[in-house]
Amino acid sequence: MSVFSRFRNPEPIGPLDYTRRLWLQITVALTLFFLYAPIIGLIVFSFNDSRRNVVWRGFTTKYYEKLFNNEVLMMAFGNSLTIAIVTTIVSTVLGALTAYVLWRYRFPGKAVYEGAMALPIVIPEICMGVAMMVFFARIGWPSGLIWPFNLGSIMIAHIAFSFPFAAIVIRARLESFNRELAECARDLGANEAQVFRDIIVPHMKPGLIAGALLAFTLSLDDFVITFFTSGPETVTFPVKIYSMVRFSVSPEVNAASTVLILLTLVVTTIALRVQNRNNMMSGGH
Amino acid sequence: MENWAKSARAFWTAITAPTFWLIAFFIVPLSLVWLYSFSDKTGVTEITLDWNLQQYARALEPLYLGIFWKSIIMAAATTAVCLVVAFPVAIAIVFAKPSQRMWLLLLVVLPFWTNLLIRTYALIAVLRTNGFLNSGLEWIVVNCDWLLSFVGLGDNTIVGPFEALPLLYNNVAVIFGLVYVSLPFMVLPLYASLDRLDRSYLEASLDLGAGHVRTFYSIVVPLALPGIASGIIITFIPAMGSYLTPDLLGGTDSQMIANVIASQFKQANNWPFGAALSFLLMYATFFALAIRAVLMRSEGRGDAK
Repeated sequence: MSVFSRFRNPEPIGPLDYTRRLWLQITVALTLFFLYAPIIGLIVFSFNDSRRNVVWRGFTTKYYEKLFNNEVLMMAFGNSLTIAIVTTIVSTVLGALTAYVLWRYRFPGKAVYEGAMALPIVIPEICMGVAMMVFFARIGWPSGLIWPFNLGSIMIAHIAFSFPFAAIVIRARLESFNRELAECARDLGANEAQVFRDIIVPHMKPGLIAGALLAFTLSLDDFVITFFTSGPETVTFPVKIYSMVRFSVSPEVNAASTVLILLTLVVTTIALRVQNRNNMMSGGH
Repeated sequence: MENWAKSARAFWTAITAPTFWLIAFFIVPLSLVWLYSFSDKTGVTEITLDWNLQQYARALEPLYLGIFWKSIIMAAATTAVCLVVAFPVAIAIVFAKPSQRMWLLLLVVLPFWTNLLIRTYALIAVLRTNGFLNSGLEWIVVNCDWLLSFVGLGDNTIVGPFEALPLLYNNVAVIFGLVYVSLPFMVLPLYASLDRLDRSYLEASLDLGAGHVRTFYSIVVPLALPGIASGIIITFIPAMGSYLTPDLLGGTDSQMIANVIASQFKQANNWPFGAALSFLLMYATFFALAIRAVLMRSEGRGDAK
């Protein structure tokens, strides 16, 4: 990929060897720089011992200490994790059921049903955000409940936009399932619940894990919809970061962002590994 | 696939919970907004449903039509820049060695998994008055000046004094930010369609004497057209409805439609009008998706024969 590779393999560049052409390598390198430099800059300068953000003044972790001693921020982090965990569990269950129904059955109005399931994925976030805001105001959703019940409205909204995503991932996994296996189990006397539990779910498992991780990152990352659903005492991590960003650019925000990047990176890596193993397994038979 | 009636109990057990959730917490909220868009604000908190179209009429006033138009222009500019940047990247990925291909794809998609808010914040640090870009420029200007002082042209006679460029809080910053966050949306469909492209066509074209540029415009672009159209629409839709980027990177005149919707629901507290605007945005989205569906279908037919 790099310029140096031209020195290692001196064969002439073939007509379709576009990747080994210098101008294309430079374009790719510049694009990747454009994509990564701001994020890497943000992470690096969260360790910078200076409030003025652009000059390196030595390594420090004091902004992380500040971060972990900042009670409001830590509470927002706790809220975000709680919401993400509940969202993950419910979305995975609902997503698995949706995927199962769409995969197994033919029923009247199926196309419309599938279209409706895709709606939360395609409509602009802002529309979903204001819809949730109007909905909870209109039905008089109680405010001021004790923790964690005060997060209920955010969880409901997050589940509503996450489970269709989970359903897509899980359904993709089900496509590789041999339907005859379920038929066999039924012929041998297993009832529907047993077939689902003992035959379908074990096959679904990698899809379930991938769907769960997707729901987790979607929930953890969401700002717009949460912003319209949350009240003053139900602040999540992105909402808190947003109010800090509006206020100023500071190393604390960099540190908080770095923590969130790290968390999503870990979850994404696990998800990609699961998916990879998935592909290899389905490629096997 | 089997008919649902053959095992009706299992069917109902599985379908009830997700359907309930979708209807109660998605369809009902959206319907409420839809009803509000035909309502009238009669008091500070009272809203009466009288099935009039005055909110939509107001949305078509020049001020709001202008904001719609502006959102479309910004999204179109974003899409155009993305297309120009993404095409060479997609070509580089497609023609890379298989072992490198996955890594390049992953590198392009990975930032997409980072929080949108954080990516936008990272751009603020790059673009603001004493941000990375301005500091870099200042360093260049100051050093040029220092070098020129050896030939007696120092002390800001030719270059400098450095003045920070107003890079943040304007329309260009918003487009920059939108390109930054939507680039993967363009690279992936382009990659997918270029990957399916039969390379013997390219070889034939080059053999028969066409240059690379000619081959690109006469062979690659026509064959990749469905992917290009798909990429354009997939990039355009989220860009048009984006809220966070214009909110954080834009100035007072860079409001896009989502920002106006948000302010109608928050500061201006005019829910019926906000509702009408958000449904207009949704109809625009559906329109774009319908175009994509038609294009995809015609592509599928092309494959069949």
